[in-house]
Amino acid sequence: MTKVTLTVNGRAMSGECEDRTLLVHFIREKLGLTGTHVGCDTTQCGACVIHMDGLSVKSCSILAVQASGSTITTIEGLAGQGELHPVQAAFKEHHGLQCGFCTPGMVMTAVDLINREGGTLTEETVRAGLEGNICRCTGYHNIVKAILAADAEMATGRQAAE
Amino acid sequence: MYATSYHRASSVEDAVKLKSANEEGKYLSGGMTLISTMKQRLAAPSDLIDLRHIPAIRGIRIEGRKVTIGAATPHADVAASRELAAICPAICKLAGHIGDPHVRHMGTIGGSIANNDPAADYPAGLLGLGATIVTDRRSLSADDFFTGLFETALEEGEMVTSVTFDAPEKAGYAKFNNPASRFAMTGVFVAKTAGGVRVAVTGAGSSGVFRHPGFEQALASNWSPDALSNVVVDASNLMSDLHANAEYRANLVKVMAKRAVASAG
Repeated sequence: MTKVTLTVNGRAMSGECEDRTLLVHFIREKLGLTGTHVGCDTTQCGACVIHMDGLSVKSCSILAVQASGSTITTIEGLAGQGELHPVQAAFKEHHGLQCGFCTPGMVMTAVDLINREGGTLTEETVRAGLEGNICRCTGYHNIVKAILAADAEMATGRQAAE
Repeated sequence: MYATSYHRASSVEDAVKLKSANEEGKYLSGGMTLISTMKQRLAAPSDLIDLRHIPAIRGIRIEGRKVTIGAATPHADVAASRELAAICPAICKLAGHIGDPHVRHMGTIGGSIANNDPAADYPAGLLGLGATIVTDRRSLSADDFFTGLFETALEEGEMVTSVTFDAPEKAGYAKFNNPASRFAMTGVFVAKTAGGVRVAVTGAGSSGVFRHPGFEQALASNWSPDALSNVVVDASNLMSDLHANAEYRANLVKVMAKRAVASAG
């Protein structure tokens, strides 16, 4: 067993696991954060997307030991106290989900996309940015709408802050 | 996944030492192929030697027109490098279309070429650019490095540390994605280099990435998509699988080569 230490959603956390333990299982089973989902388990669906050191990654394809020492954000870390993150609020407003299983990965992907390309997003770049995330319910239309709305909302917020 | 032991290398020397102490071990870079392969129990290395935390083999260095990319540089960094895009936009475009955004944050150039998947993008890019692959012990030309399906000239325990190339006068890359996996069903990289025109094809050859001398000759005398119209693509050495048969791929090779020339910058 190896000790894995992470900063998760702003808190230092650690736990013991086998070297072969996947990061997503460590997060769900050792840390009890079950918002991150396992969908396909083959690096395709993106339900397990989290942020590692500020970048979106598929936590089903990374070992927990590989991530040790890094800073992790999961879906649980997005919302402020009693207030949804703008991307979460936009998914709710624009009905960007149906069954909800892919939603944590979709939201984490959208936040990463806005972090990197915020203010310049178009329908085309959003769809390209969702290449690694599969939704079997919505047909993506409302997800794309929600992300574009969140991008516009957050751009307004940035301008207001300046 | 079978049990394995993880080691984090702090330097190239450290990594090579760890590898020689663990004969059944494997180097682990981004892990975007290796971890998936291990999950399917198609690989069972006793030890994993993680190369992602060696600062010396990470990053892009540009001196004039000479480009050096560290082996542990993720695809996303190559895709987003403005300095690199200013002198060789084709390699940035290639990197920006590997897998998906999350895969590009982890997967590395060194891992990709050491694995030499016959449908991977980087082998075509590096063979097309006439790049040099630098390892812990020597330098190899891309022509000598890629030797077959998932096969390279790397010896036991040898690791890629960087790749270098001179920015070409012009280069372009076009790929026809497998719509599910995003791997290339055919990808063609064309480059006008100081050493002549080079054309490299991935995703199509039954022995992995290859150069196409017919295209190279045609483009050397006339750098335009039309120059390729009458060049014959032999289907006998191309892959046939459930996605496309060899004849279909032969046609794709020509179509992608034309698009690569048309997009070259």
